Formats: sequence, structure tokens, C-alpha cells
Amino acid sequence: MALTYDKLATTTLGSSQASVNFSSISGSYTDLVLVSSILGTTSTSYSPRIQVNSDTGSNYSSTYLYGTGSTAGSGGTTGASFIYIGQLTGYFTTGEPGTFITQFQNYSNTTTYKTILSRGNNTATDTSAIVGLWQSTSAINAINIQFQSGTNLQAGSTFTLYGILKA
Amino acid sequence: MAISRIKTSSVLQGFPKSRSLLAGNTAFSPGDYESIATVTVGSGGSSSIDFTSIPSTYTHLQIRGILRTTETGATYDGNLVRMRFNGDTGSNYTMHSVVGYGTGYFADAAANVAYMEFARTAINGNGSSMFAVAVADILDYKDTNKFKTMRTLSGVDLNGGGRVYLSSNLWRSTSAITDIKIYPSSTFSFVQYSQFALYGIKAGA
Repeated sequence: MALTYDKLATTTLGSSQASVNFSSISGSYTDLVLVSSILGTTSTSYSPRIQVNSDTGSNYSSTYLYGTGSTAGSGGTTGASFIYIGQLTGYFTTGEPGTFITQFQNYSNTTTYKTILSRGNNTATDTSAIVGLWQSTSAINAINIQFQSGTNLQAGSTFTLYGILKA
Repeated sequence: MAISRIKTSSVLQGFPKSRSLLAGNTAFSPGDYESIATVTVGSGGSSSIDFTSIPSTYTHLQIRGILRTTETGATYDGNLVRMRFNGDTGSNYTMHSVVGYGTGYFADAAANVAYMEFARTAINGNGSSMFAVAVADILDYKDTNKFKTMRTLSGVDLNGGGRVYLSSNLWRSTSAITDIKIYPSSTFSFVQYSQFALYGIKAGA
């Protein structure tokens, strides 16, 4: 059997910064999995989001589902310039990371648009599931993670990218 | 002392001699996540995906797929793709799900049905190049002391409409799972470029 699930890259923020970028991603895998443990601030209510291949155009959309403990909801975006990897409705709590696992399936194929799945949790606020679309047949070779509206990712946040290879 | 290479001169100078480069080196440990099989749908399409003779050497299974079916009757649907284990067509399955569709959400359940729900899918009535994706985890698939459970996360987004879908499924059988069938509801087929990959996950020692 083929052995697979390789760690491609990982980073831990030593200080707060606006974004994290994985670039020059190898195209030799079938799927990518991005595991993010993100620290925000008590004024950070913004959901983390991604762009791929430095595409800042309106080529993204998403549909999400979330629960806050007292309510559930669903929403979406169209013609957006990003995909959320977690839909958060409240503030971060200092020292409590939000966790986000994002799946990029068949990321290197050049035939289909790329559909991305993500599960996001912020224990202080809510849990969510998201499906996103990037309207491009290009292979994904770079992923940028950032908060909405320029809020910084806080020191101690970790990001790890894995590659999965099919038989 | 680990041995990384052998030179004749090294041996002659009294360094340890071995017939194997494994001597003194850390034992090789195979990964815990292995690819078992992959099916990629060709130009003729496929009415179902079948994984058979699944080895019992793992603890859990995971199926990862991108999918789209031949249905053309709707511009947006998010139809269901179903699953069965071991060819069991009896009413031995149960499911619960919650679905978000952008402007609202709903929950669903079914008991004593003849299939599980694997994913919501894109269809040919959607925009071209749009595929759904799914990840399903089948836990303790070979444990003959318990019924089998599967959880899924799947979705399709169409830049204006979509479905994100979470489900839990039960197969009321203690048999080890050896075969998995994935198939669209009704008479539709999977289209070209749909792909399903089966992985095995080992538990720690």
C-alpha cells in the first residue's frame, strides 16, 4: 500500500502578523489539508479566510453553516475575493485558539474548479462548516491565510500543510 | 552508531562492518495513513463506485472524493449520493444530517432505510467545471463487536447557491466491512473526472 500524509510545511508565529503564506506548493499530491490553530484578540471577531495563487479577484464563493450554542444559521458569499475557513460570530478569547481544518481536494488538477471544505471552531463562540469555490482550473500552488479586514494573526498561531497522495 | 554510507577505506580503518545499512540506524516506521485504492471516472461515466476486498489491516477508513453526476433537470440541487456496505440492500441503515444552503438550514433523519448518505453532489445542471467534494470517516470498520458508524462532511458551492452537509450514519451489523458501494440516487451516473480515494488509518501500538 502507498504510504501518504506528508507534512509539507509548518509555521508558528513568533509575533503577530497580517497573513501567512504557503508558496511553491508541490503538485505531486492528490489533496492538501491545512490545519490552523489561530489566536486572535478580544476584539477579533473576524473570521479567518484564504486566498489561493495570489488571486485577489472576485472569483470565490462559499456556503456555510454554523451553531453558536443558542442559535444556528447559514449564509454564503458570491463573487467574493476570499473563502472563509471558519464562520465566527463573536470575539476570540485571549489564549484560546480557534481551530480550522481545511481540505483542498484534487488541488492540482487543471480540469475542474476547486471546491474546498473546511471545519472551523472557536470555543468562545461557535462551530461551523463551510464549502467554498474558487472559479479557476489552475492548480493551486500557493495559499494565503489572513483575518478579515487586516486584523493580525496573533503570536503563537500555528499553521501546518499536509499532502495526501492517492494510490 | 548509525551507518549512512560504506566506503572500502572506512571498513579497512576499523569502522563497524555490516552487510546491511539498517544496522545501527533507527528502524523504519511506516506511516499510519495509507492509500488503499482510487477510482477515477472515465469519459463513459460510472453508475457506481465499488471498493471490494478491503483489507482488514487498518483501524479506520477514510474516503475522499470529488464528484458530479449526470442529472440535468435542475440548475441547482445538491442531490444525494448514497452508500452501502458489504452489498447489504436491507433496511439496516440509519442517518442524521444537517444541511446549510446559504439562506437557511434544515436537519434530516431516516431510520430503517436501505442506504446511507455519503454526500451532496454537483450535477450537470450546474455550471461547468463545478464539482462537489466529500470526506467520510468509517470508524472501527472491522470490529465485529459493534455496529458500524460513519460521519461525513461534504458540499458543493455554485457561486450563488450551495449545500454544506454534515451527516452521521449507522449500519446495524457487526460484520467487518469488506466492500463499499457509492452510487447516485435515482438512475444518474458519476461524470468524468469524479474521483474517489479509499485510505486506511492505523491505530497506535
